[in-house]
Amino acid sequence: MSRAALLVLADGRFPAGGHAHSGGAEAAVKAGRITSAATLEDFCRGRLHTAGLVAGALAAAAVLGVEPAALDAAADARTPSPALRNAARRLGRQLTRAARACWPSPELEALAGEFPRGAHQPVVLGLAARAAGLAPGDAAYCAAYECVSGPATATVRLLSLDPFDATGVLARLAPELDRVVDRAVEAARRAADEGVGALPAASGPLLESGAEWHAAWSVRLFAS
Amino acid sequence: MHLDHHRHGPAAVSADAHRPDGSHRALRIGLGGPVGSGKTATVAALCRELRAELSLAVVTNDIYTREDAEFLLREAVLPPERITAVETGACPHTAIRDDISANLEAVEDLEDTVGPLDLILVESGGDNLTATFSKGLVDAQIFVIDVAGGDDIPRKGGPGVTMADLLVVNKTDLAPHVGSDLARMAADAKAQRSELPVILQSLRGGSGVADVAAWVRERLAAWTA
Repeated sequence: MSRAALLVLADGRFPAGGHAHSGGAEAAVKAGRITSAATLEDFCRGRLHTAGLVAGALAAAAVLGVEPAALDAAADARTPSPALRNAARRLGRQLTRAARACWPSPELEALAGEFPRGAHQPVVLGLAARAAGLAPGDAAYCAAYECVSGPATATVRLLSLDPFDATGVLARLAPELDRVVDRAVEAARRAADEGVGALPAASGPLLESGAEWHAAWSVRLFAS
Repeated sequence: MHLDHHRHGPAAVSADAHRPDGSHRALRIGLGGPVGSGKTATVAALCRELRAELSLAVVTNDIYTREDAEFLLREAVLPPERITAVETGACPHTAIRDDISANLEAVEDLEDTVGPLDLILVESGGDNLTATFSKGLVDAQIFVIDVAGGDDIPRKGGPGVTMADLLVVNKTDLAPHVGSDLARMAADAKAQRSELPVILQSLRGGSGVADVAAWVRERLAAWTA
């Protein structure tokens, strides 16, 4: 039980496969929606308040002990794009491996047995945080931050964007991230009492359709 | 407890010699090296040489396309279900060294779907001279350079040249055309690698991939012993 475990879990170098995914940034760059630090910020803000909020709530609910299979089904229901569901499960499977190595726990073993092809990544993230002794808010912070840091680092590679500008975007979004995490944790607490129907169901249609478009390309840098 | 192989679910410790059901897993050999040095051609030649005697599969790590996997498919060196392409997010060295998740998933899936396998070849995307495979992913690694990339590469060293279990200097047939000094390359490689082996190879003549295949057979014999 160490708060510093949060730093391990949130580290961009945590070996759970995230480096190969752009969080929708590659499709948005190609579509001309991300062309600069300013448009990257718009993209990240949109993702934070939609996919980020949902991911944060799923992760926090897993820490609170909501049943993983119910959360996984809730994540499926909130992810219309098959390509995105597939990416979320692949990342979940990869995170399961890293989490089992870092914070061995019966719950993570059970998850690996129940979902050999991977549960949705935010659900696994929540269970990893739970195994590490972290709080619901910690898991929500990880999930919400990842949902903006992934596109930001991917855009540095895709557009050769100045890395200081890209990181500045993340710093400016920090206060909004706090608020999204508060909402996510509140929703997760309600879900713990009332069931997964209380989880937020925000989604970004362009993220969903962009993921389908991207999955059909034969030449791309990122897996999603 | 990490080495307990009777648990359920996928192996959490990547270098485990056993699969979750307790069976011995396939030997994994990585092939790395700069762009265009002949990694894919060497993989193709190894497949042709070894496929009759071994159960084989290949994982490719293309940088931004599926061309390496498609080359192997087109050449029909193995049935398509035995070839898997991993996407690397613009960082091929990350996928084979710093975060091996996707590659581990690929090798495990191949063992599940077409296994039991004797050998899995993991080919990296073309990268720089510092790109080496994690010991968590492969049991041995081959670094492939070529004479046309400059005959000073062995002298310059770097982790691939100095640490790989086998260094292959490829395209020796081109040496006279590009002004590369093979004897100097061999001597520099020997100086950098001391007792580690070096093979000079041309896939366009002579004994082809035979020496590398012999080295692979030796590793396999040691692995299954």
